[in-house]
Amino acid sequence: MNENLAVQLIDIRKSYGSQEVLKGVNLSIKEGKTTVIVGGSGQGKSQIIKHILGLIRPNSGQVMVYGKDLNNVNNKQLKEIRNNFGVLFQNAALFDSMTVFDNVALPLRERTKVPEKEIDKIVNEKLVMMDVEGTNDKYPAQLSGGMRKRVGLARALVLNPKIVFFDEPTTGLDIAKSNEIYRVFFKTQTALGYTAVIVSHDVPRIFKLADYVALLHNGVVQGCLTPEEFQLSDNPVVKAFVETTMGPLYSSEMEV
Amino acid sequence: MLKFFEKIGENFLYYVNDAGRMGIFLFNSLLSILKPPYKIYPVIKQIYIIGTLSIFVVIFTGAFTGMVLGLQGYHTLSKFGAQGLLGSAVALGLIRELGPVLAALMVTGRAGSAICAEIGVMRISEQIDALECMAIDPHKYIMAPKFIAGIISLPLLTALFDVTGILGGYAVGVGLLGANGGTYFASMYADVIFDDIFMGFIKSLCFGLLIIWICCFKGYFVHLSRGGGFGAEGVSKVTTNAVVLSSVSVLVFDYVLTSVLL
Repeated sequence: MNENLAVQLIDIRKSYGSQEVLKGVNLSIKEGKTTVIVGGSGQGKSQIIKHILGLIRPNSGQVMVYGKDLNNVNNKQLKEIRNNFGVLFQNAALFDSMTVFDNVALPLRERTKVPEKEIDKIVNEKLVMMDVEGTNDKYPAQLSGGMRKRVGLARALVLNPKIVFFDEPTTGLDIAKSNEIYRVFFKTQTALGYTAVIVSHDVPRIFKLADYVALLHNGVVQGCLTPEEFQLSDNPVVKAFVETTMGPLYSSEMEV
Repeated sequence: MLKFFEKIGENFLYYVNDAGRMGIFLFNSLLSILKPPYKIYPVIKQIYIIGTLSIFVVIFTGAFTGMVLGLQGYHTLSKFGAQGLLGSAVALGLIRELGPVLAALMVTGRAGSAICAEIGVMRISEQIDALECMAIDPHKYIMAPKFIAGIISLPLLTALFDVTGILGGYAVGVGLLGANGGTYFASMYADVIFDDIFMGFIKSLCFGLLIIWICCFKGYFVHLSRGGGFGAEGVSKVTTNAVVLSSVSVLVFDYVLTSVLL
């Protein structure tokens, strides 16, 4: 495996009953870079993330994370691999019976032996970084959608993971709130230098953050290209996606 | 015709799969209890939720069960002129059978349903996935404290049920119907032996494990349950299933344990 690859998916196939969702997905995610996975609804984009996280096992194919095949690791090794992960779920997946502070502090309390005083400091730092300071004692149900996502991101980043996954980070948010999430994402990635994998519908705005864009279409990844290459690609599927989502500006004959 | 056999085969495979999953779930949960770190606060919290909050309903049902045993027992025994045995009849009935079974059924209805619904909601809102992604073992974090609390709480609640039942029987038998108070306790003292208490204790221990196992399992695998296990409806269905299955299992295992321990 190439040294600077954080994750590599090799010919991943996954079926649910007679429905084949992933039909041989090949994807390489480079360390320290931001890879955005785009595609229509129901194409299985989130499935790709769940495969990398080890939440779903493929019917065939390999999921390599830092050179280790997730199919051939035991629970202990999987746990070690997951120590490198931070995840922002689509609905933030905050623990609804815990306060914001306890949510963000949970990974520190469960996975480290950091004293409570230090936890207090780290959690507050992260909350300030996400612009949600002062919400420590609130419960997730008392927060807006954007705030919940930012708290979710604070929790995902609290242990300074090497790879952070974002599952539809701006779904359900208006443009201003989406921009806030992007700003926070940019700020934290610059500060912490993590590898980011983003599943998003928000094309073309998400391209601004992307180093690489992968299109999932009919269960297959159509290239993993830089945003510029993606927009000018000759691949008919990519071309059709770009024209549908970005309009005629990017499909004008001048660019061909 | 082929469809019929297909259906049977499908059902068979589903139940075999489910049984296997259930066994592995119990193994992982019990194993996680032994793994460090050992945190006492989550266990105390669960003992409060499963045990302390069930005290009222257990005392209430215990008292009335004892009272009705006193009433029925007195009238039946008086036919043979054996009112003096009322104390031992009430105590043996409660300690060996009714105490463990009824306390378990009360805990199933009050705490088991809550446990199942709580874990089910955690599953459908991806909170359990989030735990796994944070490299936090859900068995250790969620299940282990509930299993320990169930195993500790049930015998204590059963003891409470037995005591209030005996006092309820005393209140009706001696207070209302005029049986002799001294004889009530003396016959109990003479007839109840350690084996009876041991049987009740073992039963309550097993029921505690059984209830928590079924309710946690049903909630944890709500997404794999039949007929669509998602959303509020999925959780409500699976909670109903958990309560029914726990209650039936308590009664079935009561018979099995009685036949083994007698």
